[in-house]
Amino acid sequence: MTHAFEVVVTGLGATTPLGGDVASTWDAMVAGRSGVKPLTQDWAEQLPVRIAAQLAVEPSEVIDRVKMRRLDRSEAVALIAAHQAWSDSGMADAGLDPERLGVVVGSGIGGAQTLLGQDDILEASGPRRVSPHTVPMLMPNGPAAWVGLELGAKAGVHSPASACATGAEAIAWGLDMIRSGRADVVVAGGTEAVIHPLPIAGFAAMRAMSTRNDDPEAASRPWDKNRDGFVLGEGAAVVVLERADHAAARGARVYAKLAGAAMTSDGFDIVQPDPTGTGSARAIRMALRDSGLSASDIVHVNAHATSTPTGDMAEIAGLRAVLGDHMVLTATKSMTGHLLGAAGALESIATILSIHHGIVPPTINLDDPEDGLMDVAAHKARHMEIPAALNNSFGFGGHNAALIFARP
Amino acid sequence: MSTRDEITAGLAEILEEVAGVNPSDVAEGKSFTDDLDVDSLSMVEVVVAAEEKFGVKIPDDEVQNLKTVGDAVSFIEKAQA
Repeated sequence: MTHAFEVVVTGLGATTPLGGDVASTWDAMVAGRSGVKPLTQDWAEQLPVRIAAQLAVEPSEVIDRVKMRRLDRSEAVALIAAHQAWSDSGMADAGLDPERLGVVVGSGIGGAQTLLGQDDILEASGPRRVSPHTVPMLMPNGPAAWVGLELGAKAGVHSPASACATGAEAIAWGLDMIRSGRADVVVAGGTEAVIHPLPIAGFAAMRAMSTRNDDPEAASRPWDKNRDGFVLGEGAAVVVLERADHAAARGARVYAKLAGAAMTSDGFDIVQPDPTGTGSARAIRMALRDSGLSASDIVHVNAHATSTPTGDMAEIAGLRAVLGDHMVLTATKSMTGHLLGAAGALESIATILSIHHGIVPPTINLDDPEDGLMDVAAHKARHMEIPAALNNSFGFGGHNAALIFARP
Repeated sequence: MSTRDEITAGLAEILEEVAGVNPSDVAEGKSFTDDLDVDSLSMVEVVVAAEEKFGVKIPDDEVQNLKTVGDAVSFIEKAQA
């Protein structure tokens, strides 16, 4: 499909369990380091799950104390990632009209830490002690609104919420904003910060999380026969999307082209993925058509692969049905844990850098692969030419998002 | 009971904690919004913290009359009497 405007990626930002910025995160990924550690907080003692991929750099090391008082942790990390991406893009000096700048930043769960923390205060000390910042801290559009406010975006600030597909859907909506002429530049991504006993207890009650508490670094093991669930991660990832001619006119460094995107819904179950992979296959097929590329161009896939028993192989079925068997796959969640609403954006950054550097980061812990798996960059990074690559993201609710990035 | 200077110093501590105001900028003649850059939500935090610190009640409809640090000091001084 041809589009009036091509869209490219000109800025990257992230704060993750592997590092406080994109460079340190990428270096750790390529080296195959795990960001999963024991939860040493007192509240973790009673939980069935006592491991998580916590941020490598605390937001309070980056944002001053008074400002942190009015930011939910998910807002703080979104701001950190967005400022990095903005600075990386060099847009601050580009004289961009604020009415041509959009923001799409979402979260899977939102300001749960604020909601729960302020509820503790309400119960203990009464309503008068509840912070006046509570509502802007817990509202799901809070992270997007803060990013929009600080970057001065006036073309529209949007907050998709599609669970673990949120970060990828944000990028797809950003693409749509530029293609439809509503913006020249969109800051897009996802954020999540819910390492708190309630969300952990909730996911654990679904039996969705790994309980490999005695071996944290081995707990996230997508496609391995001994996987037993995902590992919760936290952080934010943001990209700067820009109309290609706008980027060319200002001589911007272009990491990759966002060639195509598609979003579908399963209509199958509120949490279980359709085991036939039909919905995800449809997203991949539509994204491929949208990109104008052919299946043989897609030589790498950064998969959704969360390390749950049911989801990982359903995705393989969808990939095989649409693209074939020739791709090199990886699941970077083996190292970062599952950043829920930020996952799709973080994995988009990994996909973009894979194209940019010609390196596929490894899938660690893949010791005993499932039968019928494809070629996976297991244990060690793979160096290869990547003209185009796919990033998949799926979410509770039956959301499927597929993004295709290509060499500019 | 506190002296006016003690109340001012106590307010300065609160303003530093909730709004990052430099304590040396806090004086009776300073306006919360115009001079000290305290926005309406932070002002709510200041009021609640001041109630606790000085053991007084500051009704919501009184807050709008507290334009300057001196206004707040006078109110707290009277409420403590």
